[in-house]
Amino acid sequence: MALNNYEDLNEMCLSALCEIGNIGSGNAASSLSAMLGQPININVPKISILDYGEVADNFGGPETMMVGLLLCMNGDVNGMMMFLLQKEFAHLTLNALLGEDLQDFSDVGEMELSAMKEIGNIMAASYVNAMASMTGLAVDITVPDICIDMVGAILSVPAIHYANISDKIIFIENKFSAETVNDASSYVLMIPEVDSLNQIMTTLGIEL
Amino acid sequence: MSQPITVGISDLNATKAPGVLVTYALGSCVGICLYDPMAKVAGLSHIMLPSGAQMAASGNQAYKFADTAIVLLIKKMEALGARTIRMKAKIAGGAQMFAGGSNSNLANIGQRNVIAVKNELARLRIPIIAEDTGKNYGRTLYLDANDGSMRIKSVNRGEWVW
Repeated sequence: MALNNYEDLNEMCLSALCEIGNIGSGNAASSLSAMLGQPININVPKISILDYGEVADNFGGPETMMVGLLLCMNGDVNGMMMFLLQKEFAHLTLNALLGEDLQDFSDVGEMELSAMKEIGNIMAASYVNAMASMTGLAVDITVPDICIDMVGAILSVPAIHYANISDKIIFIENKFSAETVNDASSYVLMIPEVDSLNQIMTTLGIEL
Repeated sequence: MSQPITVGISDLNATKAPGVLVTYALGSCVGICLYDPMAKVAGLSHIMLPSGAQMAASGNQAYKFADTAIVLLIKKMEALGARTIRMKAKIAGGAQMFAGGSNSNLANIGQRNVIAVKNELARLRIPIIAEDTGKNYGRTLYLDANDGSMRIKSVNRGEWVW
C-alpha cells in the first residue's frame, strides 16, 4: 500500500520522521552555535502532524508576527520546507551576527534580511543532511525566500500550494536557548510531496 | 460593536446587522465581501484557489475555490433575506508573500486568485465597488453588516476602511 496523504502515516512512519527531525535539530543547533560563536542548547524537539489552522494557534493566533523562510527541496525528495522564527529567535541570531539590538521588525533592512536568509539556509541544510544520510537520497535545496508578516498569511503560501494533497503538515518545534536569551523557538514545517514521502519510507525499509 | 464571527481559511459565513464578520491574516488567499444594503445582510468568503475543476471536491472542499464558494455564499445570504441583484462586492487579499521566484507556479497564485474571483463575480453580475489586492503583505479583514464597510488591518503598514 502506498501513502496517499499525510493522514495515512502510521506510527512507524511518524517515528522515522521524528528521528529525521531529531537529527536535523541537533545538526542545526551545532551549526548555529558555530555561526553565532556561543553555545546553543536545545530541548528535545516536538514533532506532530497538524492542520494549518492549528499551526497558527500554536503561535498565539494567525495575526502573530513571525519571520518566515521558505525553501524548495528538489532531487530525490521534492517539496517545501518552511522555517518560522519567533521574534526572540530572530533577535538572538541578529544580535550575535551583526552586533545590533533590533527593536522592532519594521527596522529590518537588507543586511538583516540577508543574515536571516543565511540562518535559514544553514538550518535547512541540517535537516536535509539528516534526511539524506538516513535514506541515502540526494536532496537539493533552493535559496530561501523571506517574509516577515502575520503567521497566518505566511502559512497560506504552503497551504495553497499543497491544498490538493493535504490540509496537514509535519510540524517540528525546536526550542533553542543561549546565555543571553532563554526561550527562542523556531519551527520547521516539512512539506514533502506524497511521492517523496513514499520514497523516504521505502528506502528506510518501512512497511506501509 | 458586537463580537465578530470568525471565517477561517476556506470557509464562509453570512450575518445580518449588527453582526460583524472577520477573517484573519489573508495572504495569497482572497477575501470576498458581499453586501445587500437594503436587507443589511453581509457575507464573507475566504478562498484559497481559483478553481476546483481539477480536484475531487467533497464536503466543505467547495468553500476552498473561487468558482464554487461564491455561489454557496450567495445561497447562504439569500436564506437571510438578501437578493443577488442588490449585492455589491468588495475584495481583498491575493498578496505575493514571498518575493523570490524559487517557484514561479507559486509566485503568482495570489494574482490568479484575484482574477478568478473577478471572473466569477462578473459571471454573477455582482459589481466590485472596492478592492485592496496584490502587494506583498498579509491582511486581516473585518466586514460590518451595519453599513457594508470593509476594514483592512495590516502589520506595520496601517489600516484602511473601504
